[in-house]
Amino acid sequence: MDFQVVVLAGGTAKNLIPLVSKEVPKALLPVANRPVLSYVLEHLEQSNLKDLIVVVEGQEAAVLVGNWISGAYVDRLHVEVAAVPEDVGTAGSLRAIAHHLTAKDIMVVSGDLVSDVPPGAVAAAHRRHDAVVTAMLSSAPVSGPSESGSSTGKDKTKKPGRYNIIGLDPTRQFLLYIATGAEVEKDIRIQKSILRAVGQMEIRADLMDAHLYAFKRSVLQEVLDQKDTFHSLKLDVLPYLVRSQLKSEVLLNGAPQAEENGNQKVNSQSNQVTLSGILANASTPSFHQLSVLGTNGSTQRTHKCCVYIADNSKYCMRLNSIQAFSDINRDVIGEASHLSGYSFSPQNNIIHPSAELGLKTTVGPHCMLGEGSQMGDKCSVKRSVIGRHCRIGSNVKVANSVIMNHVTIGDGCSIQGSVICSNVQLQERVNLKDCQVGAGFVVTAGSDCKGEALAKKEK
Amino acid sequence: MGAQKKGATRVSEDPDELARVPLQAILLADSFTTKFRPITLDRPKVLLPLVNVPMINYTLAWLESAGVEEVIVFCCAHSKQVINYLENSEWFSHPNFSVTTIESHNSISAGDALRLIYERNVIQGDFVLISGDTVSNMSLTQVLKEHKERKKKDSNAIMTMIIKRSKSSPIIQQSRLGTDELFMAIDPNTKQLLYYEDKADYSKGAICLDKLLLIDNPSISLHNDKQDCYIDICSLEVLSLFTDNFDYQHLRRHFVKGLLVDDIMGYKVFTHEIHSNYAARIDNFRSYDSISKDIIQRWTYPFVPDVKFFGNSATKLERQGMYRASDIVQSRSAEIGSFTVIGNGTRIGNNTKISNSVVGGGCTIGSNVSIEGSYIWDNVNIEDGCKLMHSIVCDGVVIKSGAVLEPGVVLSFKVIIGQQFVVPSYSKVSLFQQPTKQDSDEELEYADNSSGIVENSSMADTVDKSNGQLTSELLDEECGPTYELGPGGVGYIWSICEGSHEEEWRHSIAPIPADKLAEAMQNTDDDLELLTQDGSVLPPSGELKPDSNYSDDNEDPRDDSIYFEKEVEATFLRAVHENIKEDHVILEVNSLRLSYNKLFTDCAGAIFYSLMKLALEIPHSSPSELCNSTMDVITKWKKLLKSYLTDIDEQIEVIQKFEEICLESAKEFSPLFSKILFHLYDKDLIQEDAILKWDDEKKNADEADKVFVKQSEKFIQWLREAPEEDDGEEDEEE
Repeated sequence: MDFQVVVLAGGTAKNLIPLVSKEVPKALLPVANRPVLSYVLEHLEQSNLKDLIVVVEGQEAAVLVGNWISGAYVDRLHVEVAAVPEDVGTAGSLRAIAHHLTAKDIMVVSGDLVSDVPPGAVAAAHRRHDAVVTAMLSSAPVSGPSESGSSTGKDKTKKPGRYNIIGLDPTRQFLLYIATGAEVEKDIRIQKSILRAVGQMEIRADLMDAHLYAFKRSVLQEVLDQKDTFHSLKLDVLPYLVRSQLKSEVLLNGAPQAEENGNQKVNSQSNQVTLSGILANASTPSFHQLSVLGTNGSTQRTHKCCVYIADNSKYCMRLNSIQAFSDINRDVIGEASHLSGYSFSPQNNIIHPSAELGLKTTVGPHCMLGEGSQMGDKCSVKRSVIGRHCRIGSNVKVANSVIMNHVTIGDGCSIQGSVICSNVQLQERVNLKDCQVGAGFVVTAGSDCKGEALAKKEK
Repeated sequence: MGAQKKGATRVSEDPDELARVPLQAILLADSFTTKFRPITLDRPKVLLPLVNVPMINYTLAWLESAGVEEVIVFCCAHSKQVINYLENSEWFSHPNFSVTTIESHNSISAGDALRLIYERNVIQGDFVLISGDTVSNMSLTQVLKEHKERKKKDSNAIMTMIIKRSKSSPIIQQSRLGTDELFMAIDPNTKQLLYYEDKADYSKGAICLDKLLLIDNPSISLHNDKQDCYIDICSLEVLSLFTDNFDYQHLRRHFVKGLLVDDIMGYKVFTHEIHSNYAARIDNFRSYDSISKDIIQRWTYPFVPDVKFFGNSATKLERQGMYRASDIVQSRSAEIGSFTVIGNGTRIGNNTKISNSVVGGGCTIGSNVSIEGSYIWDNVNIEDGCKLMHSIVCDGVVIKSGAVLEPGVVLSFKVIIGQQFVVPSYSKVSLFQQPTKQDSDEELEYADNSSGIVENSSMADTVDKSNGQLTSELLDEECGPTYELGPGGVGYIWSICEGSHEEEWRHSIAPIPADKLAEAMQNTDDDLELLTQDGSVLPPSGELKPDSNYSDDNEDPRDDSIYFEKEVEATFLRAVHENIKEDHVILEVNSLRLSYNKLFTDCAGAIFYSLMKLALEIPHSSPSELCNSTMDVITKWKKLLKSYLTDIDEQIEVIQKFEEICLESAKEFSPLFSKILFHLYDKDLIQEDAILKWDDEKKNADEADKVFVKQSEKFIQWLREAPEEDDGEEDEEE
């Protein structure tokens, strides 16, 4: 059996409030008027990975996601939607669906990943090294509403955000160290034993764990079974596997173990022969093998943690914050427009044929105007996404914003760097800068808000 | 000063300037360690023969070939010998290459040496800093250029270290030169050195890099596969830095680490990696062995035995790396194996086998002798039937017939080994008795150095050794210990001090025995085990990951507050016994607060604690007596306590502290809790609000925590019910 893919679609992520709600779980947040989950699913589809398990936190969210998938991908993908309780964490989610996992290797993807890095490449790297885990790394995004493209060094004062601290071997194939979460802000502690084995380690702060992993199923399940305190793949399971790679505690049962044993036997029987074999071999063996050799291979068990580093030209972002939501929306219709799957007009924007524009209204490049939306006179739209069936009055300025579906905007409004959720009503002359407006909210006329989150009180 | 003036001119007339300043080098002819004892009691390390040529000649010849024009040789231990040697050598008469010496008798470290050189004001610009035991053939052009360019751009780039790739063994954690493994962090783009750890702490399984390092650099490369060649290109600032920081002793441990840690001055150290050239320093017996082999195997070309540089005699290279001087008397039946050097005028008897060894000049080797992997210096007499394995035999030694040297033996000058005697492995034999002071501690080693070697050098080192008082005393006893070395043997076997015994094999010239290797392997396994065990106790995600100092992190602040409390208590007790005014106590406690970075609430708690402790120490027979004495104490020190109880938070802290005292340190107080609390209230130290708030906070606590709330229930009740009355009373008092 080939790779089995698990898409962790999450539930209603707390850090995305007010964008998410009971009606719109994280997986269905629109990116250029398509649910974010569709990017992952279609991306996997392109790599011919059509056998998917989508794990959603919370029963209600699971129903919503399931309905959407069955509507959109009914005959294209074979998707199973599994609901798990909320707050079980990524490790918990996998534990809950463990009985579904049968393939030799499992690919785990986060449902909020918007990327064009081929998952097949990750799978290939994983198979090539016979690794227990392969993680995809991408360069850490430069966040902020700055001009897209400035990440290439135009604006040097802006430092890329710190997501992970990662240690790699000189060939950049193996993961030797990873600091995640709160550890990133602490001093870096590197195990000497690993450094001794590998000799040289490159420590990078400009890479991000993209939350796309390939796991060896037997190992993953064993770790999940034995370490029942592990909550998160990213924070617990991956660091654990990386830390213990030279002194593996996992039993590589089944076929891989036989190989491992075979290797060891050869080592202990005729160390000399293997050594000379290695010397004769043009390609240097990995440090794992050397380490095993050095210690006679009698008791030492190693496993490999690999990485696949996405090319800089590839796009890779996770929708895990409000900022990221704005950034991704901007990028998908902007510099990473190939991801959107739409075809752009000569003006480099997308205006649905059914959309209506008033007199002297301009829609700039890198904009999107959804089906059936109407705009009044003398409006201007720059670098923004406007959803379906929105009614926008006259003299409205929209820049660097995302407006979802069925939004009503009164005359003379100005919206900058904001996110307006579905069914919101903005009355006349509302001025919003860097705000988020939750679904169904009504902003009274003449309001002037800056950097606020506006939402209906939860019951 | 001179440096400044030069800095100004350098910008304007660069090429001229570069041409004018001669390239200088400081050569430290003293390693300031005792690793080569007992040999170095007689002769300075730099004059010890390395493949039949004194070490210093390799260093000087390299400096000369690398274009250094002026060498300042710093002599300390046995300085007279070094100076005499240099004066009689060709170095002093060499055109375009001047060698000058600086002599010192009281320098005990490289730091002292550099301070002295700075005082002499002989260095004019960038210089090469090396010690006299370095063997290299690298070219300095590139690294000097890099250093100069960097210096021009960034005046803080004051030093460039030469490093070389060399993987240390992961099992025994040392390089093939016998030095400890080295961990370095280097910026891959600028080659700046960011972290340096050479004295590896074996107990620590992890390297801790400062998180600040990654703020400026998106990537760092961490190396365990590099060897420090101890060749540094330094700017003049290095010397002045040593003068400014008079506690810098060791070049690496103090100076380099000092620069890396210090972020105020912002001085930077850079590295330069050499790839195809050779550079290594003789640090211990093992590196002596490795470097000798490298020389024989011609890695150090042109500094090899058959190329005439300074101080070696004509030697001819034969097959299989065998070098033989011209006039050797060798029996037909003698077998000389590969990678062996035989010096001038040496005679070798019948059926003798020599392999992988260096034999000096004028030696007499009898019949049926077997020599394997050994270094035999000049004028050694080895009688028939001896067996030498991986040993160093110094000048003038006599090994009588049938004696055996086991691996790792070092025979110092003129030792005589008796017939049939078996010298146990790793023994060091000398005519001198072992100095009684033996400290493995680093700092003391320096001190030991000064008292031992330097004294020796100043006294015994004069033209005739027997003039030296110390030496003659030692020699007087020469006949005493003969039994130690078999019939006819002369010399003392130095006992290996306990601590280093286990480590002896690490630095010896003998190959590492298999059992040690297995043992070390076992240890690394255990290390790993420990690590992963550590790692497996994972907290739930999101919390900080455990690592070996996880517990330290937890304990540190608590330790701190314990110290703080102790200090406050001591201050307070002093005040009690010496009748110090309260104001002064407050002043002292405040300064303690600042130095421990504590809050006023901590002070209040600590002072209250000391008060209660004082009260407890007053002899008492019944709880009521204790209560009375406590009240007395509180009344007496009311003002002091009051000054820290201005805030409601501080008052609550005191109540909580009181609870803690009653529960933990002094259970005697527990029945008196409410009484004393009332007293505190009565004396206006703790206000009603604080007590009520404390009560409120405790409402949701466990039953166990509520003991004292219950005890003071009545009192609290009273407070709650009659607040006005209370106010009224106060009004009346006023």
